[in-house]
Amino acid sequence: MNPEPIGASERRFGGRGRVTGEQQFIADIRLESMLHVKLVHVDYGHARIVSIDTKKAAAVPGVVRVVTAEDLPQPMPRFGPVHDDKPILAVEETKYHGQPVAAVVAESKESAEAAVQLVRVEFEELSGVYTVESALAPDAPLVQEPELRPDDPLNHTNVLNEFRAGWGDVEAATADVVIDNVYTFPMITHFAIEPHAFIAAPDDGGVELWTATQNPFQMQRLIARVMGLPVAKVRVHSPDPGGAFGGKQHPKYEPLVAFLALMTGRPVRLLLTLEETFQEVRRTSCRIHARTGFKNDGTLAFQDIRGDFLMGAYADIAERVIAKGSYLACGPYRVPHARVVSRALLSHTTPSTAFRGFGTPQVSWAHESQMDDAARRLGIDRVEIRLRNLPRKGEEFLRGDVPADGDWAESVRNAARAIGWGSPLAAGRGRGLAVAIKAGPTTGASYAIVRLHSDGSATVLAGTSDMGQGARTVLAQVAARELGIPIESIRVVMGDTASVPFDLQTSASRSTVFMGQAIARACAHINAQLREMAAELYGAGPAGVTVERGVVQLTGRTETVGDMLRMRFKDVKGEVIGLGSMRSEYAPDHPLGGAPHFFEFSCTASEVEVDPETGEILLIRHVTVADVGRALNPQHVAMQDEGAAVMGLGHTLMENIILDGAGRISNLGALDYRIPTSKDLPLEMHSLVVENGDGPGPYGSKGAGEGGLMATAPAVASAVTEASGVVIRDLPLTPERVWRAIQERTR
Amino acid sequence: MTMRIHVTVNGTEREVDVVESTTLLDFVRDDLHLTGTKECCDLGECGACTLLVEGRAVNSCLMLAAEVEGGEITTIEGLNENGKLSPLQDAFLAKGAVQCGFCIPGQVMAAHDLLQRNPHPTLDEVKEGLSGNLCRCGGYVQICEAVLAASEVS
Repeated sequence: MNPEPIGASERRFGGRGRVTGEQQFIADIRLESMLHVKLVHVDYGHARIVSIDTKKAAAVPGVVRVVTAEDLPQPMPRFGPVHDDKPILAVEETKYHGQPVAAVVAESKESAEAAVQLVRVEFEELSGVYTVESALAPDAPLVQEPELRPDDPLNHTNVLNEFRAGWGDVEAATADVVIDNVYTFPMITHFAIEPHAFIAAPDDGGVELWTATQNPFQMQRLIARVMGLPVAKVRVHSPDPGGAFGGKQHPKYEPLVAFLALMTGRPVRLLLTLEETFQEVRRTSCRIHARTGFKNDGTLAFQDIRGDFLMGAYADIAERVIAKGSYLACGPYRVPHARVVSRALLSHTTPSTAFRGFGTPQVSWAHESQMDDAARRLGIDRVEIRLRNLPRKGEEFLRGDVPADGDWAESVRNAARAIGWGSPLAAGRGRGLAVAIKAGPTTGASYAIVRLHSDGSATVLAGTSDMGQGARTVLAQVAARELGIPIESIRVVMGDTASVPFDLQTSASRSTVFMGQAIARACAHINAQLREMAAELYGAGPAGVTVERGVVQLTGRTETVGDMLRMRFKDVKGEVIGLGSMRSEYAPDHPLGGAPHFFEFSCTASEVEVDPETGEILLIRHVTVADVGRALNPQHVAMQDEGAAVMGLGHTLMENIILDGAGRISNLGALDYRIPTSKDLPLEMHSLVVENGDGPGPYGSKGAGEGGLMATAPAVASAVTEASGVVIRDLPLTPERVWRAIQERTR
Repeated sequence: MTMRIHVTVNGTEREVDVVESTTLLDFVRDDLHLTGTKECCDLGECGACTLLVEGRAVNSCLMLAAEVEGGEITTIEGLNENGKLSPLQDAFLAKGAVQCGFCIPGQVMAAHDLLQRNPHPTLDEVKEGLSGNLCRCGGYVQICEAVLAASEVS
């Protein structure tokens, strides 16, 4: 029998091409006679387009076309994952800094760049909405025209939606202590090292696209809709993204390049600069007002949470981010009375979209900082107060929903132990610990095809996107286990809507659970066919045959599946094809449209040293604990969780998109927007897992990979408070902010 | 204006006509079709475009192709010998340092340069040596482990 692949740290599938430079990302793809596209922007947030003069630009040698909104179908097609609100090019006005007003198509990148400089855009500066406060002001300019949402009673405001959740009676609830604070979480950009890139080409009466999307099937449907094509005539190639983190989940410039390809009859390519990528995707910023009641023993009496989330000019998936985050805004705790009201506010800023953690880092920043405040006020240990409020496994904590699905206290105890909670601290140091919880996927559909070839090797077809999490590796491990074949004899094919079956999307840490189960079921389908094959070949009744992990057993006979296949497919060849799927339907009565299939629970503990003279935070030790059910590939879990923690340190310590008074991004680009480097690593980093086999995925697994950043900010901030005595409720914890807080306290 | 450039690329002498203003990065990617070297920030901040000029790591987006006239460059494609991974490349895989992979060619080239200059670096020296190469997947722990492991092999 082959070595057990589950629980083994198999090397990353596709790793070799990534260390040799052979891995092809979108920008590495070259098509015959491909044209180059560059976008034309105005350097302002909200502006009325008065006129666009393209004559000089069109005359530049090598320029094929200069396209403005007028050249596209009328009325302008609009698109989005939930609301069809975003036009392909700006119509009449720009609604955020960087929204393109025209596109130049040229034979070379240089010609396109030269022509962009010659497009004359006359525009009128308009006042804009760039903050929560200005979005809610009574005289605020409307970001979206009411006609876009004719049936929406809020269409004359900048409130796209209001999400409400809760239970009990907060007004009537009594508490010994009420903690009342406001927290803010800034705009963060994804900063995938691969800037967004798109290629489109006319193809057999349809269109072919190359885009590093997490969601090729949504893209296929969307392009088909806006172009009036059958789904089958749109082929989306989605090579593995060079980092995505949610930023490559939903359509951006794919509709534009698709139209440009059909207009010119040639392949076209648009490579965004990093700056343009910043202008296209970001995390939803917010202001959260939390009023939390506690009993003297530290148990929660009520949570009353009002969130105002600033989304961009178009909805993208932000409404869902806000709903999912807000649904768990009280954290993973037993709360007798809860009320959450969250507003999704439109603004003249970059559309906010999915971003690793999907609303959880924002809400955990508030609920965990509240726990710490209460612990300090009540004189209760900060770990102890959490343990007193965490539900046991199987206990209901979200009224009317699925119960706690893990031993969460175990995660907290492990994190506390690993950080040395309670042991003496050096001067100037402090420790913090925080938890966070995210609802896993609520609906979904993943289909898989597994082809067992005549030599016993297998090809797995799966619509998952391998964007760095190593989905290929883990899915191959599942197939290797179920078919009993070495992982080296498995190929995993992804990223082409014309060859792999449907998958809803790669999001919400769903792939191990949904696609993993689909593949396990496809393998079971193969094994069922192998049983029949054995029965037929050896004249036995199917009931007397077993096929398990590559071994066929029937009375008086044991052989490998490989040997049986060689005999069965000796002459005319052939293969055994297994189909498998996992579906979860929409549930209209559930606040999220479906109960979460699992919770992603995470605990972070941190020890820091604060320099009171400079406000600088030195990370001494950082611990993450992820309840993953079962780590199918421990190395992959560790690299995901530690990577997430490093990303979380970015929004905790240094990252923040800054807008000027005109809605322009002031720190646009890698020079002024800093993300963690190797030198920002904590001196020690540990990632631990809790494995109780209690997940819905194969072998008891749950989703993983987002957890490591969900509780980073409150854990580090709590440590900073212990080290320095200051409490900060606005991120990021820059040296300047910490220093100022220390100055104010000592004044 | 175009000019003719003579340069040894991964051990092979090449003669290529390029536009004078072409950056070394565009030269490698667009003229030589060696796309293992990646473009991200175009400002010398991210390190994705790191390659070796005369054996030393540079940000190729900050140099002109004309500057390597008569010289020698090594890209990620030139690192493995006869199709076999270098110990450094292998260590990146063994330690789980490769996530999305977009920054990895630059990381590997920067680490290669570091190990050439300092065959047995400390962890702090590795962090310092790679501090110009951003990894948004946040795989720095594993990247540093890989470089240290490779330094033990050499």
